[in-house]
Amino acid sequence: MDGIHDLGGRHGFGASLETRDEAGFHAAWESRVFAMASLLMGRGCFNTDEFRHAIERLDPVAYLADGYYGRWLGAAELLVREAGGRPTPGRIADRTAKRRLDSDPRFAVGDRVVTRNLHRAGHCRLPAYARARRGVVEMLQGGWVLPDSNAHGKGECPEHVYCVRFDGRELWGDDAEPGTSVCLDVFDGYLERG
Amino acid sequence: MSPPHEKVDPRAVRTEALETLLTEQGLVSPDAIDAILRHYEQDVGPMNGARVVARAWTDPAYRERLLADGYSAISELGFGGPQGEQLVVVENTPTVNNIVVCTLCSCYPWPVLGLPPSWYKDPSYRSRLVREPRKVLGEFGLEVPEEVELRVWDSSAEIRYMVLPERPAGTEGESEPALAARVSRDAMIGVARL
Repeated sequence: MDGIHDLGGRHGFGASLETRDEAGFHAAWESRVFAMASLLMGRGCFNTDEFRHAIERLDPVAYLADGYYGRWLGAAELLVREAGGRPTPGRIADRTAKRRLDSDPRFAVGDRVVTRNLHRAGHCRLPAYARARRGVVEMLQGGWVLPDSNAHGKGECPEHVYCVRFDGRELWGDDAEPGTSVCLDVFDGYLERG
Repeated sequence: MSPPHEKVDPRAVRTEALETLLTEQGLVSPDAIDAILRHYEQDVGPMNGARVVARAWTDPAYRERLLADGYSAISELGFGGPQGEQLVVVENTPTVNNIVVCTLCSCYPWPVLGLPPSWYKDPSYRSRLVREPRKVLGEFGLEVPEEVELRVWDSSAEIRYMVLPERPAGTEGESEPALAARVSRDAMIGVARL
């Protein structure tokens, strides 16, 4: 989804950064939102991919203005609303989204690959900044539930995941900081041989 | 009921409404909420990752196991749980520094670092780190020499990343607890040196 959440490389959010040693929750409501969303996912009312996609579907202004746990709150409200106000517990969430696959990985470490120019309307974990970009397979990560289908009730459809390394200049052009690269975990269906 | 002169946060009101609805349906309870929050206050946090780092610095065989299979290695020390079921530990060297981000949301290795700080989840860090890591680190007070390669890990799938910082000079002979006390959360994200 070409949504507000896909922030990698965007200009305009350039506030100077500093780290602060801070408490995790700044108000009691934040902690309760965190716990409630965790409980609902733990009970299978919705899965992690559905939850992430609900955050992505929030109004863009609210996404930016409501803060991190405000987004969790908005997403939980959205999913509860879409369940008609009565979320249904489902299958208890697996400990992990990793899955054994019968097929072998298509690519090996060191292979040159290129990401596809995907503009899916739904949930997709290929950031816009890494579309149609050439990289090299750095690691094989095994088989994983595919968020693009799992977020939409279309089943797990697990795929091989590859950690792919992209040179900074490939992503950002000539103005890229020298000596930088970005490694991304990319699903098999997002990739072509390079 | 808050005093009349205090402005009530609408998110707090919405949270209370959501909790009422979910409690009525038996999907959450105050006890269940408290149990989750206790876990994230007491059982997970950067002190876990610091112990992993100290062990890796003092035990070369453990270091090798950690770099080969992070989750199994942290399990040896009793750490585990959600958002870390596959953990890749990336080591800093004199020629390569690593930094972790999640541009699409806030993915973070909870079992070793606890819940992420606000700045990690904010649009500024998420948008800028993949594009200008050297500048971002400079704002955090970390000047990285030109000859050091910067590798940014964007946690776009369920694999989680943690940085193994370089052991500071002059710490030979220190005990594991003393070494662990030196290891900051920010160093394990990659935005600080020790």
